[in-house]
Amino acid sequence: MAAKTLYDKLWDAHVVNDNGDGSALIYIDRQLLHEVTSPQAFDGLRLAKRQPWRLDANLAVADHNVPTTDRSVGIEDPISRAQVDALDANCDEYGITEFKMNDARQGIVHVIGPEQGATLPGMTVVCGDSHTSTHGAFGALAFGIGTSEVEHALATQTLVLKKSKNMRVTVRGKVAPGITAKDIVLAIIGRIGTAGGNGHTIEFAGEAIADLSMEGRMTVCNMAIEAGARAGLVAVDATTIAYVQNRPFSPKGESLAKAIAWWNTLHSDEAAVFDREVELDAASIQPQVTWGTSPEMVLPVDGRVPNPAREADPVRRNSIERALQYMGVTADQPITEIAIDKVFIGSCTNSRIEDLRAAASVLRGKRIAGNVKLALAVPGSGLVKRQAESEGLDQVFIDAGFEWREPGCSMCLGMNADQLQPGERCASTSNRNFEGRQGAGGRTHLVSPAMAAAAAVAGRFVDIRSL
Amino acid sequence: MQPFTIVTGRVAPLDRANVDTDAIIPKQYLKSIKKTGFGPFLFDDWRYLDKGDLDIDPATRRKNPEFVLNGPKHAGSTILIARENFGCGSSREHAVWALSDYGFRAVIAPGFADIFFNNSFKNGFFPLALRADEVDALFKESATSADFQLTIDLPAQTVSTPAGLKFAFEIDPFRKDCLIRGLDEIGLTLQHADAIRAYESRRRDTAPWLFA
Ligand code: SF4
Repeated sequence: MAAKTLYDKLWDAHVVNDNGDGSALIYIDRQLLHEVTSPQAFDGLRLAKRQPWRLDANLAVADHNVPTTDRSVGIEDPISRAQVDALDANCDEYGITEFKMNDARQGIVHVIGPEQGATLPGMTVVCGDSHTSTHGAFGALAFGIGTSEVEHALATQTLVLKKSKNMRVTVRGKVAPGITAKDIVLAIIGRIGTAGGNGHTIEFAGEAIADLSMEGRMTVCNMAIEAGARAGLVAVDATTIAYVQNRPFSPKGESLAKAIAWWNTLHSDEAAVFDREVELDAASIQPQVTWGTSPEMVLPVDGRVPNPAREADPVRRNSIERALQYMGVTADQPITEIAIDKVFIGSCTNSRIEDLRAAASVLRGKRIAGNVKLALAVPGSGLVKRQAESEGLDQVFIDAGFEWREPGCSMCLGMNADQLQPGERCASTSNRNFEGRQGAGGRTHLVSPAMAAAAAVAGRFVDIRSL
Repeated sequence: MQPFTIVTGRVAPLDRANVDTDAIIPKQYLKSIKKTGFGPFLFDDWRYLDKGDLDIDPATRRKNPEFVLNGPKHAGSTILIARENFGCGSSREHAVWALSDYGFRAVIAPGFADIFFNNSFKNGFFPLALRADEVDALFKESATSADFQLTIDLPAQTVSTPAGLKFAFEIDPFRKDCLIRGLDEIGLTLQHADAIRAYESRRRDTAPWLFA
């Protein structure tokens, strides 16, 4: 039998029907639903008088529009409220399991799936959200879909898909102390660019990836989409199998033994051939900070903002100039001289317990700088929040001058009230630094949780290795 | 989806070319979280004299007595006729949803914008192309007849009028089949329902933990 990549194995295990034209009908094991991209899918079902194919394959949660402040007063914005109400009504009508806004298990859809064991190795996982790539950390084939596909998956438990190409990014050796998963993935994006993974599924491999916890692997796969790949993957190993056990949705007893036997096969064969291979040296990765308006505009913290005059290619020169202007930074400015107005620790990239611990360890016994107007800590889920509180991390954040909020997407995209004002500069642990992403005119610098915390204390970016 | 075979219905003549999707359903309605309920807002700017929005009850608004859909003659129409390049402009599928929700099953015109054309078939709505002179003949007969009805016979690929006109039309065989059988993309996939069930039962044996 020909050697297969992990992606090949996952694909082959889910083919219901090969259409013979490069596309296939692929079975979907898990669909995660949230309030923004599902209402018209449910309405489509109703219109066509169809029922969901398999209720137990779905799990729903409202995250994008929910307020991160006191929820007893409900949602103020009528459009946000209508979306959340529609999700509640649809889940109630069809009998789909939903963690409602005031459920302790509510949180960002990509945080709660793994947390609940609803994301498991070997699954196909879809959600109407591009950061569904996160779940690939479990050796699951996970990718974002549009609303008509949400409806298709609800109605048929399948999708018609074209197979993508295989790409492997290997991070060789060990990272230096203080270097996190976020730095690794930003360095990868800096290297291959935001279109680097277009048309491919990226498998992240190498010692530095294997060394990561499951949370770290989720951070890396989360941003596969920023590297241009619809899906990212990490092979299943002992770390994966240890994580997924004893969770509400994960297998128990005899099933578990059977599952583990299969999960242990979920890695690329030794002789498997990839369409594209990229290698990075882990030891060379430094703490990363984005300086521009695309995740590939990223530099080591000891770097300087690029000078367009030194860029020969006119298209790139132009995009550097535009980014400098939007971001309000100057050519050759040292990253460590960029002062910030706000700090956001949260999002599906970095809102898990290890992220909060990393930030808190920098903040312990310190205060945010005078020029920092607002510092938000937004846990990824109610359970993460509860765990953090049991460890006293909430108090560390509050003592440092942070606001300790309710879980949700929050200032990652500012669909709720958490937004940047025009011109405000934010050190953010989220995944997109596009123009206006965190609020019209807002300026986003993507960093790791520890780097965001350090920036909060210093009022500007600092090298956490120097603390 | 409702199958489309032989449809006989009242006709609304919309004597305009380049009817764009913004005219079919203006942008303020795109905030809706639904796929249904757009019927009352179809051709909103032409149909009403005051400006509407999602939260304004259309029953309270002033209707434009001049607009074709507002007169008794064309009440309950299920077939729309229009001029060249119907459905141009933005890609909003809401345009088709609005036409369907109003009760239209088909629109007959000399030509359609691409995206609108494709979106129509996804929703079991028939964008039927006839030659410009044939469409013109339909407009003329509509103007002189008190209760103008058309019959679209999709299996036979003809449009016929009470006065005895009969026009043949072309349609892609695959699309024709989907319309007749009421198949949208989901419907097409559901033709593989047995294969999906067979896959599931295999999977239930090998990976029982994936099924609650
Ligand atoms: S946290 Fe941000 S990136 Fe993640 S799902 Fe929410 S809005 Fe999307």
